[in-house]
Amino acid sequence: MSWLWPVDASAYADHVDLLLGGFTVLIVALSAPVFILMAVFAVKYRRGRVADRRHPVDNSVGLETSWALIPFILLLGFYVWATWLFVDLHRTPADALEIDVVAKQWMWKFQHPGGQREINTLHVPVGTPVTLRMASQDVIHSLFIPALRIKQDVVPGRYTTLSFTADRPGTWHLACAEFCGVDHSVMGGSFVTMTPDDYAAWLRTADTDATLAEAGAALFRSHGCSGCHGPSATVHAPPLEGLYGRPVPLEGGEVVTADAQYIRDSILLPRSQIAAGYPPIMPTFANQLGEEDVLRLVAYIQSLADARPEDRP
Amino acid sequence: MSTTAEPPAETEEERVSYFRSGTSLRSWLLTTDHKRIAILYLLSITFFFFVGGLAAALVRADLMTPAPDLMTNEGYNRAFSLHGIIMVWFFLIPSIPNTFGNFLIPLMIGARDVAFPRLNLLSWYIYMAGGLFALATLVLGGVDTGWTFYTPLSSMYANGSVVLVATAVFVTGFSSILTGLNFIVTIHKLRCPGMTWGRLPLFIWSHYATSIILVLATPVLAITLALIAAERLFGLGVFNPALGGDPLLFQHLFWFYSHPAVYIMVLPALGVISELVAASARKPVFGYEFVAGSSIAIAVIGFLVWGHHMFVSGQSVYASAIFSFLSLVVAVPSGIKVYNWTATLWKGHIALDPPFLFAMGFIGLFVVGGLTGLVLTMLAVDVHVHDTYFVVAHFHYIMVGGTVSAFFGALHFWWPKITGRLYPLAWGRVAALLIFIGFNLTFFPQFLLGYMGMPRRYHVYPPEFQVLNVLSSSGAGVLGAAYLLPFVYLLWSLRNGAPAGPNPWGATGLEWTVASPPPEHNFAEIPEVTRPPYDYEIERHDA
Amino acid sequence: MTESVSPYTDRRQRHAADMMGMYLFLGTEIMLFGGLFAAMALTRLQHPAEYVAHSRELHLWIGAWNTVILLTSSLFAALAVHAAREGAGRAAARWLGATAAFGLGFLALKATEYTLEFREGLLPVTGGDGALSEPVQRLFMHLYLVSTGLHAVHLTIGICVVTGLAWRLRRAESARAIPVEITGLYWHLIDVVWVFLYPVLYLAR
Repeated sequence: MSWLWPVDASAYADHVDLLLGGFTVLIVALSAPVFILMAVFAVKYRRGRVADRRHPVDNSVGLETSWALIPFILLLGFYVWATWLFVDLHRTPADALEIDVVAKQWMWKFQHPGGQREINTLHVPVGTPVTLRMASQDVIHSLFIPALRIKQDVVPGRYTTLSFTADRPGTWHLACAEFCGVDHSVMGGSFVTMTPDDYAAWLRTADTDATLAEAGAALFRSHGCSGCHGPSATVHAPPLEGLYGRPVPLEGGEVVTADAQYIRDSILLPRSQIAAGYPPIMPTFANQLGEEDVLRLVAYIQSLADARPEDRP
Repeated sequence: MSTTAEPPAETEEERVSYFRSGTSLRSWLLTTDHKRIAILYLLSITFFFFVGGLAAALVRADLMTPAPDLMTNEGYNRAFSLHGIIMVWFFLIPSIPNTFGNFLIPLMIGARDVAFPRLNLLSWYIYMAGGLFALATLVLGGVDTGWTFYTPLSSMYANGSVVLVATAVFVTGFSSILTGLNFIVTIHKLRCPGMTWGRLPLFIWSHYATSIILVLATPVLAITLALIAAERLFGLGVFNPALGGDPLLFQHLFWFYSHPAVYIMVLPALGVISELVAASARKPVFGYEFVAGSSIAIAVIGFLVWGHHMFVSGQSVYASAIFSFLSLVVAVPSGIKVYNWTATLWKGHIALDPPFLFAMGFIGLFVVGGLTGLVLTMLAVDVHVHDTYFVVAHFHYIMVGGTVSAFFGALHFWWPKITGRLYPLAWGRVAALLIFIGFNLTFFPQFLLGYMGMPRRYHVYPPEFQVLNVLSSSGAGVLGAAYLLPFVYLLWSLRNGAPAGPNPWGATGLEWTVASPPPEHNFAEIPEVTRPPYDYEIERHDA
Repeated sequence: MTESVSPYTDRRQRHAADMMGMYLFLGTEIMLFGGLFAAMALTRLQHPAEYVAHSRELHLWIGAWNTVILLTSSLFAALAVHAAREGAGRAAARWLGATAAFGLGFLALKATEYTLEFREGLLPVTGGDGALSEPVQRLFMHLYLVSTGLHAVHLTIGICVVTGLAWRLRRAESARAIPVEITGLYWHLIDVVWVFLYPVLYLAR
């Protein structure tokens, strides 16, 4: 029956299947009376056929209310279940393995924390929570992994995330689900789940010269970021050590959290969120840095989360 | 309903009908008679139905195998984009309202015409102008954005004639607005004496609800498309993240129109089915007030559920939970209609004629489409099946299984009224059955494909999906042939059908009190209504 | 062409239908501008500081004078409706003429404002965008141009209709009130749209 039911690679996927199965039972129960009664009535009360057709006036508030409310209440039970599962899907585990994803017409690029890069194939360990931080270089794409029953749009201009824990090793499909132009239907590849040991072995064989954060540090220097944000800077720019994950008061009086999105926006649209007490002098790097580079810079600044400005090298 | 060898001679009714009030082309192109305008629409939307159908045939043929066969990826994308754009805006939205609505609303409420007859004709010309833009797009190579025009693909990356096709949809939108406006005023102001709101046929109620959506939602689509055109032409940037805009704003604006647009497409069909069920069972519609009220409820709640198209777009989890709940709420009035139709059949006198068979086909497919819609409101399930063939199957069950079946049902029910001739009932039964079978064969496998994980708009697909795709494409062949069948015997009946007489079905409603085809100005004397709608049983006791 | 038959049984019915049709049309216009207002609201939400900064670059006082001019023209339109209801055709024509003249005044001032902005390099059109450096600034000025431009198009149509009506009524001893009332409604709508555009664009400081 492999052509009738999808394979699955996580407990979450089993849960979604169970939800769908239960819901199918409910909708069959709600619709079967309609189909059966229509057929029975069409035969029994066919024009010209003798039948007892005496009946009271065709109006019954009680009947109307019951067939409006009872199905609705039954549906509400499933609504709670499905919404709970959905909220659960959007909870990012604190200790998750973070992998960066950049989508562009028409390929998927993945960057592992150790700096290993791959295209159209994603390797992950089983039994470990994984969070994908996804960015798009051009149009909207959508990362779809049917075996996990999950997908998430990848929208230009913002990071979206997708968290999962696979628990069966194997090779599965990975696809783009949001129409993205000419080669949309071939923008896909493989999703490979491995035991943690195999994953570690694979990481070692994969070609890499620097971790993500190291690559980000190199960009930080080569693009002149360190000239203002570095220890010997003469301009008044906010220090980035210990910034990640902390609240940042803005010029307008708001306070935002310095998450990946904030750092990305500060690099590409620096005038939108000016940190309080600093002049708006940072230029945009939108024309110099692609989404992959920005993700490396984010990884670098993230790696400074526990550093203090005094610790500057 | 026997057919004679000799075509029946022209009847007296036909000689004085709207059909013969003028025979020149000019008398048709400059007419302000709502019935003639309805015929103009019928011809034009039939044309676009075949253009859109041809595109669908190309798509299904190419999907017989996993690899590209007939078309390049680019060509395939253009084919399904064209299919969607033509079918949604040039067939489905105008289908029932602009043909049967135009023809029947004045007749049903006892009026001589719609409130603004010249505006009505203008609305047809605007529709045709939009249609010409759409055909120009086709000639110039088409577009590859899908009918949804998602930004920034449509505004910055797509190669095709996006501005031209946006203009086509923009222009035809004004035709929708004017038609909706005309219907609302007509229903409010031109009801004949005694035709109270509580006596309106349910067809009128559903068209009233549809018109509200047409008038309020279509302008939002117009401005959204104008913004897309401005992005492409001047680099406006409101949907472009690189310029500080937001691509999701487009989705919010687009679905604010396009979700209610789904109800524009299906509400008139629901009205048709209420008429067909009551007339076939010769029984008043069960729970008239609830069926009428549910149309209005669907129109109103339909404005509040657009976010359910965006559960995986990055919209906040709370927003998704609220939109999911509201989408469940909108299912309640739809359910009320289906249960009431079933109860209407109870203890009726059911004639198994084509209108009834089409109505049953509609109810079956609409129920499947509606319930799979509920599957899609379940957030965790939607994450998996969103943008897959499951969604494709779901909305085809509603729009094609539902609306197109109702369109054919309406055609078979009111054909004798419109043309004055009867068609062979046996062929009508065959067509109804074939359409039902062909439809299910085409689209049911797509539910499975979707759950298996085949994304929509895929030209190339993994080989394990082939069995179901071949099933679906063969079904499409049956469906295509089944759609052609009625054109043969209906056109045949124009010359050879027996004269229908004013009321061949023994139905209630003012449209059945005038001759078939109706005279030019509908009613010699404005009628007065003294009885409730669908008073079939009273009639029987009188007899 | 077949002679079109009036669908109405009496004039009151026709009057009611015309008024209702116009109100519905105004409803569609509000929804049309509603899409633009949604885009402006979102831009303001996402870039509050920049939105305010760029709003400051607009010519507040020109906008204010235009608001006064348009509100006055609406008063004239209301007086024209009043005169038409009294059956005073010529008086209605005079008031309509004043309405159109003030409408033209608005357009003239608006054109001056566009010219100034063009010279300042603030207008996102070829040759006039020299001073637009920030993406959000460009976006703001685009929204400004599209929404005020769409408003100006509506106003131009309004001026044509009002002028035509005034010409028809110039020697009329009596007047059918309905066309004047309907035109007046449309004019008020144009006014109301501006009354919302002005604070959203100019006063967001």
